[in-house]
Amino acid sequence: MAELNIAERQDGDVTVLDMSGKITIGEGSVALRTAIRRLLEEGKKRILLNLAGVGYIDSSGIGELVSSFTAINKENGQLKLLNLTQKLQDLLTITKLLTVFDVYESEAEALNSFK
Amino acid sequence: MTVETTELTLPSRIDTVATAAAAVAEFVTRSGVSEDAAFGIDMAVREAVTNAVVHGNSQDEAKVVDIVLKSSPDALEISIHDQGPGFNPSEVPDPTAEENILKTSGRGIFFMRSFMDEVDWFLPPEGGTTVRMLKRR
Repeated sequence: MAELNIAERQDGDVTVLDMSGKITIGEGSVALRTAIRRLLEEGKKRILLNLAGVGYIDSSGIGELVSSFTAINKENGQLKLLNLTQKLQDLLTITKLLTVFDVYESEAEALNSFK
Repeated sequence: MTVETTELTLPSRIDTVATAAAAVAEFVTRSGVSEDAAFGIDMAVREAVTNAVVHGNSQDEAKVVDIVLKSSPDALEISIHDQGPGFNPSEVPDPTAEENILKTSGRGIFFMRSFMDEVDWFLPPEGGTTVRMLKRR
């Protein structure tokens, strides 16, 4: 099984990526990078990452989230995060990134925030 | 006082990070620490091994990463040695400083220091870098 599984769905002009597994150095980080680059190439710039199934992330994975955020902003798009586990929320808090990302616990609220 | 020691020598490949983490997880379970402590140790070990493989040994498979795990009644001590050119932690900028928050790298050592009680680096005479991390019980 892949380290990180990513399922894509569309809600209006928002692309939701349901992610499960690990975002760690190597396969997991590369899978996230590849998915984001592909969406940007397809002109999909409003992206919601559903991280409910991501049980583990390392500094490389957090770097990849930052890299995705920056790349999407550069294209005048928006990246938002949904359903952070407590551990991921703790990591984003200590790295002061929780204030950088737009984070939601409800998918409906997250989708509305793009409008 | 009983001290249990486990030693591992692993190749300089990215998949070594997962191999080391699995070995440490087993060691941590045997040593009986809290779930929170185990999470922190896992995180710190993955970051330290990543540094050894990627930055220390530059993924050169002719070089190895040596890991020594020691469990005593007071603490768990984990030492990770690479065969790289030597590492100076004072050269790593604070990733939580405002100008560094959006950098895509440079958080590994911050996590090691956040999750372990002591983290020290040594440059042994035989070369390379050893990082020693301690988690008190």
